[in-house]
Amino acid sequence: MKLSKPKRVAVHALLIAGSVLFLFPFVWLVTTSLKPIEQTMKMPPDWLPRASYAEVGGERVQVVRERQLDQPSVLVHITDGRRKGERLLLPEAKYQDGKAAIDVRVADRTVPTQAPATLEKRVPEGWWLVREKLERLAQEEGPPARWDCVPADAVETRVQPAWWNYKGAIRYTGTYEFSVLGATFRVPMFVVYLYNTLVVAVLGVIGVTLASALAAYGFARVPWPGRRVCFAITLSTMMVPFAVTMVPLYGIFRALGWIGTLKPLWVPAFFGGAFNIFLLRQFFLTVPQDLSDAARIDGCTEFGIFWRIMLPLSKPALAVVALFHFMYAWKDFMGPLIYLQKQETYTLSLGLQFYQSQHGGSEWHYLMAAATLMILPIIVLFFFTQRTFIQGISTTGLKG
Amino acid sequence: MRTVAGLNGLASGRMIAAMTRKQRRDLRNGLLFISPWIVGFCVFMLYPIVSSLFFSFCDYSVLERPVWTGAENYSGMVHDEVFWISLRNTAYYAAVSLPLGMFVALALAILLNTQVRGMTVYRTIFFLPSIVPIVAMAILWLWIFNGKYGVLNYSLSLVGLPTRVLPTWLDSKQWAMPALIIMGLWGVGYSVVIYLAGLQDIPVSLYESAEIDGASWWKKTIHITIPMLSPVIYFNLVMGIIGTFQIFAAPYIMTNGGPERATTFYTFYLFNLAFEDLRMGYACAMGWVLFLIILSLTLLATRVSQRHVHYER
Repeated sequence: MKLSKPKRVAVHALLIAGSVLFLFPFVWLVTTSLKPIEQTMKMPPDWLPRASYAEVGGERVQVVRERQLDQPSVLVHITDGRRKGERLLLPEAKYQDGKAAIDVRVADRTVPTQAPATLEKRVPEGWWLVREKLERLAQEEGPPARWDCVPADAVETRVQPAWWNYKGAIRYTGTYEFSVLGATFRVPMFVVYLYNTLVVAVLGVIGVTLASALAAYGFARVPWPGRRVCFAITLSTMMVPFAVTMVPLYGIFRALGWIGTLKPLWVPAFFGGAFNIFLLRQFFLTVPQDLSDAARIDGCTEFGIFWRIMLPLSKPALAVVALFHFMYAWKDFMGPLIYLQKQETYTLSLGLQFYQSQHGGSEWHYLMAAATLMILPIIVLFFFTQRTFIQGISTTGLKG
Repeated sequence: MRTVAGLNGLASGRMIAAMTRKQRRDLRNGLLFISPWIVGFCVFMLYPIVSSLFFSFCDYSVLERPVWTGAENYSGMVHDEVFWISLRNTAYYAAVSLPLGMFVALALAILLNTQVRGMTVYRTIFFLPSIVPIVAMAILWLWIFNGKYGVLNYSLSLVGLPTRVLPTWLDSKQWAMPALIIMGLWGVGYSVVIYLAGLQDIPVSLYESAEIDGASWWKKTIHITIPMLSPVIYFNLVMGIIGTFQIFAAPYIMTNGGPERATTFYTFYLFNLAFEDLRMGYACAMGWVLFLIILSLTLLATRVSQRHVHYER
């Protein structure tokens, strides 16, 4: 439909407003994933990731702004006693005549004491306590972060994404150790999740495409009695909710000893899927019968026709099936949740959920980085296969 | 050659004897081609369906042999308060999110079917959220809905809503469900694509003749677009019924059924019964009840659609 100019403007306005709403969660995901932790939990939020720089220990480094001092304070070094050698920031009133009022732990009790201390500097109210930003996880070992108190105007802040969050998020999943030929390798759990997901997805894609194509050919191109009934039964299985078959399926895989392995997630694919059979059958029906007949006259077997004529002609439809199954395997959550037990067998979905349940509620920057890492491949895949993908979805709706 | 193909019903022994050589070869070939599927169907579909029906009349924990208890699981549901809560929650979710989602999807599809510049970009934008894996989506929206630092509440305060009226979304009994519905709307792109395909199949000539008759945009939408699109609307409705009644991952990850069971959905409860409490027999019975609900709703939709859906033949 050709639209008049005011109508075109209105359509654009609506679409732009909608696009902003639909894109915003993605923007929020990516910007949060690139913010340092202290910037994530902030109201009002910062729209862009920023980094702060200040002079700490005589060197200009990237810092974390821990807090702004709400009272005049002192920076002291304890020179004797149990806490000898510590460098502390105390309220001004707690330091008098070379003595600092601090708590000392004796056995399991905390005892207030006066410890001898030397003054490093006085810190006025309004200064910032800054700590050197270390590119490692909080629980990882290494030299302690240097810290200092600096005037507010000595902290320089500029827009800068914290790419390290992605490294952090991957390392945060833990490490997995394995031996190959006597050599020990250590990889982040995240890599193991990715590997498991790819195993399930790739094997599943091969299986489901092959088996579904075979069955679809049997339904579409071989005129045997009963095929209509069988096909109708095949279609009707799509109506059965997973909740019905969930328990017996678990029982079957348990009897096979497959619980805790990836097998329940990909082996069934080698027997085809109702939806894919349907999709491929619709496509096979459109291929002219003359082609098969000609091949048959040349002495080609039925399987030969399937393999040498039908499959090469059906590449677009096969691509749709493969793509759908890959996406499905990548996203599937309930299957891995039911069948997998040990962390090293988790897929990305389950790994990410596990990660969330362990560290959720605080480390949003890592969570968002991990979520981005899970979404990104699927979006890239979509951009490369957009046409196939959209056509696949369209045909399902029209011929349903 | 085609007469055999037209027969409905499975081949019996007598029929095989009466067949020509070609017909027998076709039968053998056909069965060979679908043999992987038949095996898969029997092992992963037929057997589970039959045994699930059997288990639904048993006390079964998967660790021990099932013990026949008759209809106890089914009668137990009547007195199971959580069962009714989960059913009500699921019905609430379906009753709101399904029509709302269908309306938004249809409206977007109509907008995306107009001829303005940059359409491919718009289409991609609206479609993208629907390919985001559910776990990643859940974690992202947990953060967006966060009551304290969430960007949604911040945006609402920017439009002038006072902070005290802003809900804590997933932590609030009243607002957890609307939150999940909002998140669901974000993933509406999949049905938009199906509607779009349907819209593109409507012959332009219909609109052209309506224009000659001086029909307005609204009239054309009501009298051409919607009737011509009705098979697709019906398809999306049935898929929507099947999908919304099985919602599981979002409440599992985001709310764990809470607060105060406000998001304890049917499948969520069923999953917990089966794999946390190991009450597998009861879970199977609930599975069958769910199947019957989905089946009757689908049949109802089909009955209604037979009166209203316009099929072009």
